[in-house]
Amino acid sequence: MKSTNPMAALFGKSPFKPIQEHMRVVVDCVSEVPPLFEALVAGDQAKVEAQKDLIFAKENAADEIKNQLRGHLPKSILMPVDRRDLLDVLAMQDSIADTAQDIAGLLVERKMEVPAGTGEALVALVNRCVDTCNQAGKIIAELEELVEVGFRGKEASQVEEMMETLNRIEDETDDMGMALTRSLFAQEDSMSAVSVMFWYQLIQWIGDLADYSEKVGDRLRLLIAR
Amino acid sequence: MEIIQESGTIFMIMAIVFGLYMTWGIGANDVANAMGTSVGSGAITVKQAILIAAIFEFAGAFIAGGTVTKTIRKGIIDPSSITGSPELLVYGMLAALLAAAIWLMIASTRGWPVSTTHSIVGAIVGFAVAGIGMHAVNWAKIGQIVASWLVSPLLGGVIALVLMLSIRKLILNADNPFAQAKKWGPFYVFLVGFIVSLVTMFKGLKHLKLEFTMTESIIAAVVFGLVCAVIGRMMINKVKVDENADREFHYASVEKAFVPMMIFTACAMAFAHGSNDVANGIGPLAAVVSIVEHNGEVAQKADLPIWILVLGGVGIVVGLATMGWKVMQTIGTKITELTPTRGYCATLAAATTVVLASKTGLPVSTTHIAVGAVMGVGLARGLGALDLRVIGNIVVSWVVTLPAGGILAAIFFFIFKGIFGTSAGM
Repeated sequence: MKSTNPMAALFGKSPFKPIQEHMRVVVDCVSEVPPLFEALVAGDQAKVEAQKDLIFAKENAADEIKNQLRGHLPKSILMPVDRRDLLDVLAMQDSIADTAQDIAGLLVERKMEVPAGTGEALVALVNRCVDTCNQAGKIIAELEELVEVGFRGKEASQVEEMMETLNRIEDETDDMGMALTRSLFAQEDSMSAVSVMFWYQLIQWIGDLADYSEKVGDRLRLLIAR
Repeated sequence: MEIIQESGTIFMIMAIVFGLYMTWGIGANDVANAMGTSVGSGAITVKQAILIAAIFEFAGAFIAGGTVTKTIRKGIIDPSSITGSPELLVYGMLAALLAAAIWLMIASTRGWPVSTTHSIVGAIVGFAVAGIGMHAVNWAKIGQIVASWLVSPLLGGVIALVLMLSIRKLILNADNPFAQAKKWGPFYVFLVGFIVSLVTMFKGLKHLKLEFTMTESIIAAVVFGLVCAVIGRMMINKVKVDENADREFHYASVEKAFVPMMIFTACAMAFAHGSNDVANGIGPLAAVVSIVEHNGEVAQKADLPIWILVLGGVGIVVGLATMGWKVMQTIGTKITELTPTRGYCATLAAATTVVLASKTGLPVSTTHIAVGAVMGVGLARGLGALDLRVIGNIVVSWVVTLPAGGILAAIFFFIFKGIFGTSAGM
């Protein structure tokens, strides 16, 4: 027999507040990415380094919340949602911060010179991808309301509308990413092959910020659909 | 018969002391579980909970505690098996009280989720089987009681689930949840007063010399419910929309509107608990008192003296005041997940189930029913995380408590028999 009062022991730690807290930190982490690229375009290496440190610190903070949360979700917990679906949401949120970290790491470790004439489009793409993260963050902020109403009804349809917006923004980032890739390839002969490859990779990663954000929404849709 | 006449006063004193000890234990451990859902939801403070519990536990014990007391006192043991030697029943009931109270104390210091009801029923069956024989136990009644232990948490869960779904449909999913909460709030308060009073008054309250017909009970319950609803309405109308809180959490104001409603369910729960659990302490006491007062006759018709119910109520309140509040504090801080709407559903469901069992004369476990009711809210997808390991712990506590109470009671039974002797052997 476990030595606790049955009423007190009945209540496990709700995973929803921590998962919302995690997403807040992730969104916060990603919000440091646009200044990173602005500094890169402006050629301010010191600022690039400073932004990288910020992003790394926030990614670490998010990881800590993630690990704590995972440790508090034993299989004996009855939740209003499927445990695996919830852990999937968490994993997707985590991937967003990981991607931000990868981007910042690359910009610091390798001297990345912005291809001529792409600076503006690059910053625009980054900003739009961050918008996707923010939209995913807004959706996750509704989780507690969803629990209150049992993942049904008006609140659920509101969240589904928010997901449609999320998908629409993500589609935009796809187009912007492809346009940017096109202008990169247009000047591939004037650049070193390695640079082209790394820039291609970088554009993919920026797009991943939006992709993973969309997946956060998709996974949340599974929670509602049960 | 001589033994009863010679030592009657001693038996009475022992029974009163053990009975008080047992009811004190109930007040110290059990009440906190009953009030936990109200304190945890933040609807009432620990101090308010103690005040409510003190008044309504007492009222429940006094007004509706008689039926279960009767079951414990003379429903479990077949009186025909001991007509020749009533002192055996006296020893047995004293032993059962002492055994259950001691087992409860051991269990609660270890934090085991045992039930006072299971302890006393196990103890009575234990002494009867060991001291008199298998035939002394009314097994049909035991069957009913054990069945009620399984059914009652399920019933509590189902009622909680239905209440939760209705609140969602009528209030939370509406266009203006706060306005709907104000509109339907008095109805939900009515429900509390109506159900509890209807079940309590149904077929009358014999020991208070109140006889009601079916229609009279319904009318009285409606009136009582309406009075509650009017008071509730005044309290709910004072609740204002908190726009800042609503921005953080859209349903914050709705939850605030449920706070006054929780006060009613808390009262109902304390009443229900008093009506059922007081019997665990005073049932055996009443049995002893009855035998001694009738000079050894195992009287089956004797009424339950009201002073015994009062004594039980006092014991519970003292237990609550001395130790119960501490447990309540612990529980209150651990179950903050329970918002007022959820707490309302769980508490009303549990109170309804317990009062129903009390009226039927079935000794049930309030704690287990409360756990079942909270599970019902969880199954309505209304709670963040419930730890299902508790169910396993409760099952283990069953398996341990019934024999533990029984064996302890049997030991005390033979000790008392050794001290005071038997008429049959002399």
